[in-house]
Amino acid sequence: MTSSASPSPSPTLPRQTGEVARSAGGGPVLEVRNLTVSLPKGADRTNAVEKVSFTVNRGEIVCLVGESGSGKSVIAFTVMGLLAKALKPTGGEILLEGENVLAADETRLRDLRCTRMSMIFQEPMTALNPVMTCGEQIDEVLSTHTNLDANARKAKILGILARVKLPEPERIYHSYPHQLSGGQRQRIMIAMALVLDPVLLIADEPTTALDVTTQAEILKLIAELQESQGTGVLFITHDFGVVAEIAHRVAVLRWGELVEMGPTEQILARPGQGYTKMLISSVPSIHPQHRGERKNAITVLRTQKLGKTYTGHGFFQKARVVKAAVDVDLDIRKGETLGIVGESGSGKSTVARCIARLIDPSEGKVFLGDTEIATMPAGKLRPHRKRVQIVFQDPYRSMNPRITVGDFITEGPMNFGLGRGEALARARRLMETVRLDPNALDRYPHQFSGGQRQRICIARALAMEPELLIADEAVSALDVSVQKQVLELLDEIRQRLNLAVLFITHDLRVAAQICDFVAVMSKGRVVEYGPAEQVFGAPRDNYTKALFAAAPGRHWEFGKFAAA
Amino acid sequence: MLDFIARRLVAIIPVLAVVAVFVFLMLRLTPGDPAAVIAGDNATSDQIADIRAKLGLNEPLWTQFAIWIGNVLQGNFGESFFFKKTVAELIAQRIEPTVALSVCTLLFAVAVSVPIGVLAAYRQGSVFDRVVMGFSVLGFSVPGFVIGYCLIYVFAIELGWLPVQGYVRIEVNFWQFLERMILPSLTLSVGFIALIARITRASVLEVLNEDYIRTARAKGLSNRVVLMRHALRNAAVPILTVIGLGIAILIGGAVVTESVFGLPGLGRLTVEAVLSRDFPTIQTVILMFSVVYVVINLLIDISYTVFDPRIRY
Repeated sequence: MTSSASPSPSPTLPRQTGEVARSAGGGPVLEVRNLTVSLPKGADRTNAVEKVSFTVNRGEIVCLVGESGSGKSVIAFTVMGLLAKALKPTGGEILLEGENVLAADETRLRDLRCTRMSMIFQEPMTALNPVMTCGEQIDEVLSTHTNLDANARKAKILGILARVKLPEPERIYHSYPHQLSGGQRQRIMIAMALVLDPVLLIADEPTTALDVTTQAEILKLIAELQESQGTGVLFITHDFGVVAEIAHRVAVLRWGELVEMGPTEQILARPGQGYTKMLISSVPSIHPQHRGERKNAITVLRTQKLGKTYTGHGFFQKARVVKAAVDVDLDIRKGETLGIVGESGSGKSTVARCIARLIDPSEGKVFLGDTEIATMPAGKLRPHRKRVQIVFQDPYRSMNPRITVGDFITEGPMNFGLGRGEALARARRLMETVRLDPNALDRYPHQFSGGQRQRICIARALAMEPELLIADEAVSALDVSVQKQVLELLDEIRQRLNLAVLFITHDLRVAAQICDFVAVMSKGRVVEYGPAEQVFGAPRDNYTKALFAAAPGRHWEFGKFAAA
Repeated sequence: MLDFIARRLVAIIPVLAVVAVFVFLMLRLTPGDPAAVIAGDNATSDQIADIRAKLGLNEPLWTQFAIWIGNVLQGNFGESFFFKKTVAELIAQRIEPTVALSVCTLLFAVAVSVPIGVLAAYRQGSVFDRVVMGFSVLGFSVPGFVIGYCLIYVFAIELGWLPVQGYVRIEVNFWQFLERMILPSLTLSVGFIALIARITRASVLEVLNEDYIRTARAKGLSNRVVLMRHALRNAAVPILTVIGLGIAILIGGAVVTESVFGLPGLGRLTVEAVLSRDFPTIQTVILMFSVVYVVINLLIDISYTVFDPRIRY
């Protein structure tokens, strides 16, 4: 084993504080030199990662930023030696405290994992084994890598659970992952990763799947722990808000190549490369712009005390009641965008689904124009179906892979009696509206990128000539530069067709940019509702205030670059 | 949990009632008069009528059903037309070889198929994987009696290692019992192994793509621990399900296998009873197999909770 110049961490001895460790650090914790990772034959490019070099020092957080396909996760997995079999590192070296891990064999890699280098992942919901208790899963790390006896291991685990600020460590120790929330599970992952005080922590989008308030807590926790232990952190993200919040230095990647690297402040304020500039200016501002009011426009949708209650049945047990939405009053006028923002489980999607009658509301009324549709029987509802259309979150899963784009768009109108010729002509027009080639109608979904697919989904919704368009997290799965284009497209279509839009999102920045009115939902209720400027500018409700305070990078105005 | 078991037990009643009606009707509606069979070839029509009256076959259908079901509920399964014994005695005599054969087959099949399924999944695309998959197609498509006769020919006749046929009770001589169980169990296992190995491979493959497998590897665990502790337990539910379903196949297979190897079990009893239109015996055997099947599947459903803590009924 190649020992480094810096004091080697021992699991039983207390480590130096961040300050000391940082100044005392010999060489960098991680040094990636000219790393090249090749893709299998037939991929869209030869190398997933090409000649990338960077370092992570002790006590430092380095962010790898890039859009999907930039190779940022591939780099992380290469360091851990967890690369999929199809990908092969073909050049360069990765030095972990001076030891080249690319040259290490499987046994040596296993010894290094969790002791010197640890990794946490994007999806805390699926990253833990569902059939083992959290305590057992952390215990595995200790029993694999140390000689501690059962009591010592248990004490150490309870210690680390307390350090990641989980309440009642003893109860958490015996809990299964499904009994914990997403944020708690990510804390378990962090505890597992840091229990043996590794010198390097790789965090692969660790907060992307979490709610914004939870995200803020987890980011704070990672920063605290890494500072007190002097851990070097390689933090992978696509979110510049997170970068502004946590990074010391930033490396920007594009198509597997390093675009530029520098201190956070420099990259965000004075990026040297056009690509970086474009990426940063695509981040939507959290401050809404002033938008014209439409007091006299016709009301397209009005809900009155709308509610949805789910009840579970038991033979002997008491029935479980979940109130997913309670007393929701909303209205949208022609040409207006109403945003519903909230965290997961707040009921925002339930409301959208009730309005579209994809599920049946249990209380209240939904008026589409003058028609009440909340209690309308299915047969009578059919002609009204075309008046509300939805664009869903995931463009990869909301299209049938075996039918062509043309059939996908024309199916709806033809179902409502339009002839094939006319429907196709409409589809061609709409393809132009969403800026796609009308001649691509005979292609299949897999031939399009995520952003293009979402445009197709929008075209499909518009083909029904709806009065109300519901966008349910319609841009959340897209990269920031693509997201910007789709948002602009949606706004343009709204203006041109004078369409009413209900925009469901968890992303405050997106809501700030596209909405005229905003309803903030929490636990099934609308806690604040008003013009976007007013809600964002002077929130009144405590929950809204907390939500805004948690938005990462809220103090940074992205895209206002200083003169270089 | 108790709530779930109670609900499932209640749900068994209509299932068994439907089975009972079907079993009863199916046999009554098939052509052939059991009285004529019992009376023999030289019987006069008076004798046959006499027997019919004694057996209650002249009563209306629903009366016959009511009498039969009433008796069954009291544990009285009637008297075999053909064997001149009560059906309960008959089954008690014949149950041991069948239970022994089923248990041996089940143990052997699970012990073989689960490990090879896991290994095939781990080495997906390798020669081993392809051999296992090839075997599983073959094992599925070759009928049991062909495998049985082939095994007898090779191991009993050519090599002379094992006896051809017959049964020795376990308490009489354990080794002789085991000797006579090997070939029948092997025969009956082949299809079962093919089935379980295939499902094990598929569900382990699916689990190996899960995020928590990546987490386990990122912890520095060895491949063996990742496979056996993390992957297999998560893959257990579909495997258990197919084992449960496979028990139905096992019961069907026992009929053929017992005939090939001359085991005096329930399978052969069923064949004999069918050939002699022995209604009480056929009805009882089918009813019994149904109960066993339903109960085993209930046990399997309960066992899910042992493997997956998320399942709470």
